[in-house]
Amino acid sequence: MTQKYDAIIVGGGHNGLTCAAYLARAGRNVLVLERRYLIGGAAVSEEIYPGFTYSVFSYVVSLLRPEVIRELELAKYGLKIHPHGSVFTPMENGGFLASYADEAKARKEFSRFSPRDAEMLPRFHEVMYKMAFAVKPIIGYVPPNLTKPSLRDLGTLKNFGQHLHGLGTDSFHELSKIMTMSVDDFLAEYFETDVIRATLGLSGIIGTMLGVRSPGTAYVLLHHYMGELDGAFTAWGSQEGGTGGISNAIAGSARSHGAEIRVNAPVAQVIVKNGSAVGVALENGDEIYADLIVSGCDPTVTFRKLVDEKDLPADLVRTIDKFKYRGSSGKVNLALDGVLDFTAMKDLSLLSGSIVICPSVDYIERAYDDAKYGGFSKRPCMEVVIPTMVDPTMAPHGKHVVSIFVQYAAYEMSEYGNRDQQREAFGNAVIDTLSEFAPNLKDLILHKQVLTPWDLEQQIGLTEGNIFQGELTLDQLFFLRPAPGWADYRTPIRNYWQCGSGTHPGGGITAGPGRLAAQEILGGKL
Amino acid sequence: MSRPTPFHSRTGPLCEGQRWINWAGFLSAATYQLDHLHEYNAVRTGAGLFDVSPLFKYDIRGRDALALINRVAVRDLSKCRIGQVFYTVWCDDKGMVIDDGTILRLGEDYFRMTAAIPTLYWLQDNALGLEVAIEDVSEQFAAVALQGPTSRDMLQSLTDVDLSGLRFFRCTDSKVAGAPALIARTGYTGDLGYEIFVRPDDAENLWDAMMEIGGKFQMLPAGLETLDLLRIEAGLLGIDADFTSATQTLFPVQKLSPYDLGLGWMIQLRKDFFVGRDALRYEKAHGSRWSTVGLELDVTVLEKFYAEYGMPLHLPYTAWTGAVPVYADESQKRHIGRGTSGMWSPVLKKYVVITRVKPEYAKLGNLIWIEEVVEAHSYAVPARVVKMPFYDPPWKKA
Repeated sequence: MTQKYDAIIVGGGHNGLTCAAYLARAGRNVLVLERRYLIGGAAVSEEIYPGFTYSVFSYVVSLLRPEVIRELELAKYGLKIHPHGSVFTPMENGGFLASYADEAKARKEFSRFSPRDAEMLPRFHEVMYKMAFAVKPIIGYVPPNLTKPSLRDLGTLKNFGQHLHGLGTDSFHELSKIMTMSVDDFLAEYFETDVIRATLGLSGIIGTMLGVRSPGTAYVLLHHYMGELDGAFTAWGSQEGGTGGISNAIAGSARSHGAEIRVNAPVAQVIVKNGSAVGVALENGDEIYADLIVSGCDPTVTFRKLVDEKDLPADLVRTIDKFKYRGSSGKVNLALDGVLDFTAMKDLSLLSGSIVICPSVDYIERAYDDAKYGGFSKRPCMEVVIPTMVDPTMAPHGKHVVSIFVQYAAYEMSEYGNRDQQREAFGNAVIDTLSEFAPNLKDLILHKQVLTPWDLEQQIGLTEGNIFQGELTLDQLFFLRPAPGWADYRTPIRNYWQCGSGTHPGGGITAGPGRLAAQEILGGKL
Repeated sequence: MSRPTPFHSRTGPLCEGQRWINWAGFLSAATYQLDHLHEYNAVRTGAGLFDVSPLFKYDIRGRDALALINRVAVRDLSKCRIGQVFYTVWCDDKGMVIDDGTILRLGEDYFRMTAAIPTLYWLQDNALGLEVAIEDVSEQFAAVALQGPTSRDMLQSLTDVDLSGLRFFRCTDSKVAGAPALIARTGYTGDLGYEIFVRPDDAENLWDAMMEIGGKFQMLPAGLETLDLLRIEAGLLGIDADFTSATQTLFPVQKLSPYDLGLGWMIQLRKDFFVGRDALRYEKAHGSRWSTVGLELDVTVLEKFYAEYGMPLHLPYTAWTGAVPVYADESQKRHIGRGTSGMWSPVLKKYVVITRVKPEYAKLGNLIWIEEVVEAHSYAVPARVVKMPFYDPPWKKA
């Protein structure tokens, strides 16, 4: 069977779909091939337990590029995001911290701990806002090749240089710090209260096998501040009906321009002839041909599984083999019969934001200690989101789904037995720990789904279960992502391209890699 | 000094910022939370509960009730069945809009009219020679609007009336939370929703009952700032925003006809005499001064204007109302109208404006320019004429 397309996208994750949508808008005949029964990759909504919809993997959004929302008309195809209004941190001593989106309210809350920290809060926000604004242009650039800069690369560098210069000296110094420091050291420059640093610092270790005291984690914090959903650098939120709604919106936009999307269509191999990609072979033996092939998979799958290493230069193979994944997080999804009751406070409105289990800086660092050598944190850090507090579409009236992002869980946890035993032990650690803060949890559970990094790899093909398709540390960003010289979405194989989160600007539901890859494929114009 | 509504013992403590707006002499919450964001989302996803008691309400009864209503309204209320609700404007004899509101037909000879401004004198003046009793019942009823996708399920759990049988713009007598109530499937949000009228003595119980089960239906109490965003998305005009009552303007240039406001569809020129008919006939034949259209701004251009000052894009998170110049050209030379209500719509991810332009510029898809002030500099931002309502979910009428 031979069919011919202009482009085939391997992997129906949100970046693959984004790339497909842009190519289709440009008039290309595009086919997306997804291995699973549904599109979305890590951004899917699934009814695992009847009547309850989970955002199975990725569960919150903020970084989705506004130009993608605009250009692909995502709101028209179902994008609908509810921003969170607060972060609630129950503490081990029975107290709590509520960090509100409203600054005056947050300041009052912070002043219960430290009047000085309360006053620092607006200054901290200002710095983060400025830093996000400082690095924002980078998100929109195709990474320049610094060793062999093209004319455009020089233009990019010049623009960015001018932008940085325009920020002023203070911002530049602050930026240098945030790019190199540990998140806790960075936060300690502003805040003295432990629980405040723990709450804010959690964003610095998400998806990263490092502790809050490890250098490089301050950047991960900044990465979480760059969302511009409604124009400014705005809050995190939940997509109505779960994150699958975002993937479906992108797919809807792609289909409206003629893109074809096939599920249950696992690709075994990219067909390479004379150094050029010419098609793909499916696992069922079908071959489909196209002028170009784009991989939305992570760098290991893209370079080491879909193609043969003989088609690649040895130094690239070596770099990809050393690319750091080190999955560091797991996920637990629950269906609950009622509302969680936290010992620390009874204000239900705080449950509609994000709830973080990271009561102290030491707690987070100890959680890291536990998992550093394999295994998982005995008392893990968690971000708990209950989307059904504001979203009626994911569970029956009065019932809830709970999404628990858990850090740390290593890819390697053989000390707990086989994979099933590991999952069981990991799930129990999560439920037991959360129960310490919300004692009615166990009585409410109707169903639970536990996912270790290994499960992420098995189910959605993320190598070692890294949620960002590779850690977001400085050595793996911008012109180094995924490998020096190959950060411009091309590969050494002609007509074989990359568009996943393993490329710039990296992980999270940003759609940035998909858009920039399409821009490159289309010769710079979308 | 503004007075409390019958719900105030409940709404007062909930109004976190204690920001109150004077609505027809009553205290009306601007927002309950410190900003409107979550209230807005609640209405577009779950439900919002609004205290709409300050609406003026008039009961018109008697043999000539229909005659009076039809003499005042531009729509033909003889087409309004018992249990049906019509949205209409009423005009002065020059065909200029005095006010808009809903008229509920509660019986063969029994109507209830809601209005934004006091209207008793106007009804009385027009009732000369008619056998009709007009009563101002504004303070005999407290009212809430429960609006949003879960509003039906939520209200259903408080009433025995089968709400699946209550169609868009219909009303029914019922009991809600044990007390007699009139439920109308109407609202000012462009979403699925209901307005519920109860006796003031039952107001607190109604509010308590709603708040008690509200959590299960993702409901939040919501204020006027939120309502303003919702009604703009729904393309619904606001008095003192998109028009001023002809009775409250001194100069002809400020008065507007229903045609000017895009409400020509409701005018029944062929029915018997009604106030303003002849003027409207003339206008229909000779053309109107204005058209009211939706406008969608190109925010990528606006973003560039901000970038000239090294600033990120700023968008209007709360609704603005007023008069923003609109031009036929980028150089801002040919003035053709004004934007009257604008907002960044979080649900549409678009910057939309209700706009009044000269009719020749009103064609869908037309490119025109609207003024935006960035760092105290005036810029013309390109914008397209688009259809209103901007937001029109399928469940609104389903």
